[in-house]
Amino acid sequence: MSEFTSGFWSVYITLITLASILACALLLWRLSTKKLAPGEKASVMGHVWDENLEEFNNPLPMWWMYLFWITLIFGVVYLVLYPGLGSFGGVLKWSSTGQYEGEMAKAKARYEPKFAEYGALDLASIAAKPEARDMGERIFLNNCAPCHASDGGGRPGFPNLRDADWQWGGEPDQIVQTITAGRQAMMPPWAQLGEENIKNVAHYVLSLSGKTHDSMRATQGKEVFAANCAACHGPEGKGNPALGAPNLTDNIWLYGSGGESTIIQTITNGRNGVMPAWEEFLGKDKVKLVAGYVYSLSHPAK
Amino acid sequence: MDAPVESMKVEPAAPVEQALYEIRKRIYPRAVTGKFAAWRWVLVLATQLVFYGTPWLTWNERQAVLFDLVARKFYIFGLVFWPQDIVYLTLLLIISAYSLFLFTAIAGRLWCGYACPQTVYTELFMWIERKVEGDRGARMKLDKEPMSARKLRVKASKHGLWIALALWTGFTFVGYFTPIKTLWGEVWSAGLGPWETFWILFYGFATYGNAGWMREQVCKYMCPYARFQGVMFDPDTLIITYDRERGEPRGARNRSVDYKAKGLGDCVDCGICVQVCPTGIDIRNGLQYECIGCAACIDGCNQVMSKMGYPKGLIRYSTETAVKKHLDSTSIAKRVFRGRTLVYTSILVVVAVAGLVTLYNRVPVKVDVIRDRASFARDPSDPVVQNVYRLQIMNTQERRAAFAIGVSGIEGIHLLSDSTSQLELGPASQKVVAVRVEAPRQNAKPGSNRIQFTVDAADPSGATQPLKIVEKTTFVVQ
Repeated sequence: MSEFTSGFWSVYITLITLASILACALLLWRLSTKKLAPGEKASVMGHVWDENLEEFNNPLPMWWMYLFWITLIFGVVYLVLYPGLGSFGGVLKWSSTGQYEGEMAKAKARYEPKFAEYGALDLASIAAKPEARDMGERIFLNNCAPCHASDGGGRPGFPNLRDADWQWGGEPDQIVQTITAGRQAMMPPWAQLGEENIKNVAHYVLSLSGKTHDSMRATQGKEVFAANCAACHGPEGKGNPALGAPNLTDNIWLYGSGGESTIIQTITNGRNGVMPAWEEFLGKDKVKLVAGYVYSLSHPAK
Repeated sequence: MDAPVESMKVEPAAPVEQALYEIRKRIYPRAVTGKFAAWRWVLVLATQLVFYGTPWLTWNERQAVLFDLVARKFYIFGLVFWPQDIVYLTLLLIISAYSLFLFTAIAGRLWCGYACPQTVYTELFMWIERKVEGDRGARMKLDKEPMSARKLRVKASKHGLWIALALWTGFTFVGYFTPIKTLWGEVWSAGLGPWETFWILFYGFATYGNAGWMREQVCKYMCPYARFQGVMFDPDTLIITYDRERGEPRGARNRSVDYKAKGLGDCVDCGICVQVCPTGIDIRNGLQYECIGCAACIDGCNQVMSKMGYPKGLIRYSTETAVKKHLDSTSIAKRVFRGRTLVYTSILVVVAVAGLVTLYNRVPVKVDVIRDRASFARDPSDPVVQNVYRLQIMNTQERRAAFAIGVSGIEGIHLLSDSTSQLELGPASQKVVAVRVEAPRQNAKPGSNRIQFTVDAADPSGATQPLKIVEKTTFVVQ
């Protein structure tokens, strides 16, 4: 066992264990063969309660003594079969890791066919099949809900999966790709534009979604936007799913609808949105099932 | 207490070498008939009829009493208990404990003497033993004999019958956890699962070992009851009492002799009370921790007293005070109503009534509200705030139920149109649903606001009244 820092501890534990078992056996043997001499009485332990209540060292029943022997023998057999004596692994070669892996393999053999059956369907069919959708929902609740919330409605920084707005595209293949390989969105910081320009761009962005804004600033911001932001967000601010650049015209705000101050913060410091890759952890079929569930959130059954 | 103190004096040790471990002395209890033996048989039959019979009863097209550990649902006739109903188990245990205290304070180890499984199975096993090997004398003789074809045959039949009864007991026990009719089929098609086999054999072995071999050793060394009976008794507790004053000095005599003139007491020293005792003690030494209160010595002694033409009751249920003050049975009965028993009774009544009332008012539908862990509060647009909850809805009924979820507590609060608001659940099933709630910002204060979910459960067939559950939670406004 690698937990031991040196071989000494293995020997140390082995010796203590074996010595204890031997000492117990010797004690038992000595006491079970010892006899009281004629006339000798079992001793009194020397405590007195309630005037006359004393504790006698009365003999144990014989069968009780045999139980001690059985326990000792059990201990020795156990130590031969299972790990216990220092770094000796036991002749059965049992380990908790081995047991875990065995149980996982068994569970896999049992559930894999079901996952494979549903994993072969397209997302719309998974969304339409209650059993498949429920399986997807359970996978979602266990793995995705901590960021996207249990209704899939998201929270600041983590997209809402229930609406028609898709940062990386809402086509079935795109959803599967997002979950499979993850996504890395990269909005660079634009502090070099200067506070005034940033504020102007922010008002222009507010105007795109039809929110209250300063139209003077928006007009000035439009030029700055065209020069710096349009490369990713498009000349009309409609975004680009290939880059994960959000649509800025739909009044849906990935980093919270805090208005001007949030937008200024985003532009000044940039944003770094990370969706982890799930294929290695979940496997292809489960990714497909959870993608089917996510698809169902924005495509409710008619 | 007077008698026990005397009995605690250590008998002088026999002048031979003694082992430090006590070699068990075999006890051959003699068969006994009488009022108390008859009562014990009534209780043996009643408890075993319930134990062996119950799993075969059917209710609502399922086993009437079934403890489904895998699904964590306990069916007891019309009731289905879920893990959330653990409080009823607590109440049952409190009722059992206080009943035990009460019975013990009034009449000693009634439980041990008449109803404890150890006593009941020992009684059954001893009955088999008596039918096969004969009574005390015959059994002692048989055990002394060298092994012979007859002895082997007799012993084999006894153990065969014991094992059969023990296996049936183990099978019945497992039948409370696996549907017994399925289990019965599995036994005959060799389709028992490994754990079912293990528990049938284990429980069977425990029955065979404890009732056939261990017997009084269980009561003397394994059961804690014997050791704490001292604190459960008081001077007004009915215990199996030998009337020392009337009985002593004991001695053999001829029926025709005027024993009183010879200075003898009523005890003829026949030793029947010792021979019938399942724990092998002499009750004439007073109250001892080994005495399980089975009253076999009372039955035995009364028979002898009748034969001798003496009044019955030399050994009888009596109390320490009654013996000391020569009380009659009416005064003994009056002393049953004392502080201790009244306290036990009132606690027992309060807990039992509380348990029955809550059981009667139990709503067979449960709702747990869990605020969503990821999203605290959402503000999709300025005038409204959204909160997300997970509702775990449990239908513990044995029929389908249709649920409608509602929310109230803030003016204008409502479920979002795309949120789950209706669902139907099958019998004894549950579901966790995400519920989306929206409220106008102006009607709620910043921070947490008290709201409640109302869940109506209707019977789709309309046969029973709808149920309503209200669960409180908070709505957060940032």
